[in-house]
Amino acid sequence: MYQFKDVRYKDILSIDKLTIEEHLVTSIVGPSGSGKTTFIRLLNKLISPDSGEILHKGKPMSELNSVDLRRSVVMLPQQPAIYPGTVKDNLLMGLVLSEKDPVNDEALLEVLEAVKLKKDLKDNAELLSGGEKQRLALGRVLLMEPEVLLLDEPSSALDDKTELMIIEEVVEYTRRNKKTLVMVTHSNRIAEDFSDRIIKISGDEPVQAREVSR
Amino acid sequence: MSNDIMNLQLWQIGAAYVFIALLLVIVRKRGIGREREILIASVRMTLQLVLVGYVLVYIFESTNPLMTILAVGVMEAFAIDNIFKRTKEKLTGKLKKIIAFSMVTGTLTSILYFLFVVIRIYPWFNPQYFIPIAGMIIGNSMTGISLGVKGIADGMRNKRALVESSLMLGATPAKASKEIVNSAFDSAILPTINSMVGMGIVSLPGMMTGQILSGTSPLIATKYQIAIMLGIVGSVALSVILFVILGYRTFFNHQDQLIQVED
Repeated sequence: MYQFKDVRYKDILSIDKLTIEEHLVTSIVGPSGSGKTTFIRLLNKLISPDSGEILHKGKPMSELNSVDLRRSVVMLPQQPAIYPGTVKDNLLMGLVLSEKDPVNDEALLEVLEAVKLKKDLKDNAELLSGGEKQRLALGRVLLMEPEVLLLDEPSSALDDKTELMIIEEVVEYTRRNKKTLVMVTHSNRIAEDFSDRIIKISGDEPVQAREVSR
Repeated sequence: MSNDIMNLQLWQIGAAYVFIALLLVIVRKRGIGREREILIASVRMTLQLVLVGYVLVYIFESTNPLMTILAVGVMEAFAIDNIFKRTKEKLTGKLKKIIAFSMVTGTLTSILYFLFVVIRIYPWFNPQYFIPIAGMIIGNSMTGISLGVKGIADGMRNKRALVESSLMLGATPAKASKEIVNSAFDSAILPTINSMVGMGIVSLPGMMTGQILSGTSPLIATKYQIAIMLGIVGSVALSVILFVILGYRTFFNHQDQLIQVED
């Protein structure tokens, strides 16, 4: 899905050679400040490397239309934005912004159930708790049915239970629908338990991927 | 009652400076420490107005259209420079170009429409009409664009996370910044809309006051005031909308990425 060749980004990332395979769950681990978030921001072209090349499905990312790419490679950031309006408005926002066809309320309720958010579609989204907002944002991303899902570790403000629940949900969704997932996590345990491949970014040693044996 | 304006003698103007003296006394007595600024402001106001008076007399007596064009050009240049200076944010070269372009295009369109279609001045460069009307239109658009620049710059800074979040969801830069652009436009035209609401009740507008003082019938002055107010609304709206729809794009690069700000 992705191939990195001699990629440099400021003095944060330096990757000589790396691949990310499709239909797999890949975790990015490493100490805080090592560039994990920067790494996944390269994958949906929120930023571009200063030098080197990243190929997406064999094509140089610099030649791809960024907006089109972000419609199939969707990122859930650490602290996702909640737009003013209802739960329903927020769920539909991804489809609206990416100019996809809207879905009916039934599909929205299914997604709410999938992310275990017991809220009414008419509820004010801005009044939800931190964990609920995170789940709402996840629901919004799942509705877009992206080919690749980028998940930055949920904000440290969340409790472990919510974090684990979100990761379980995303991993299950990825495997069930044959999608590709790249997630940043601070926890080696989460990485070992859920992923097929682990990429360690530490700054001290070359960035490499290793398979997780099951 | 004579309809001619009473000319002021020099000693009469001198007598008006009593008000400045009064202000200086208050400031000095209370230890506010603004004497220097008040003196500089009074001197500047006096010199600038005397100078502009002589320049206008010279232009009005000239029959050369280039003089009018030059005067409007100077006003545009000062207004654009003023916008650059008023903005606290660091402006990129691209944004400065867009400010200048929106200002000139928006105001000139309105000025030319106003003078040639609404008032139908003769000769076409008649400085008696051209210069004061261009001045009012340019001045108001300058304030409008200044507010628009502030709106866009503040919005892009304070709502950066929201804009980026929308990009992550596959939004185009236009969609991701729509709210910021709309709110910048709204806050830029609001003072103009508010000034229409209070007009004639809260205050008599400057142009109308001037015309009445110079002996024009209040009814004619009213007609001019209504027309110029509409011209101002048009010019502010046109220059600000041009600025916001072109300006937001300078915060993104050609790869549709938010340009990183150096802290």
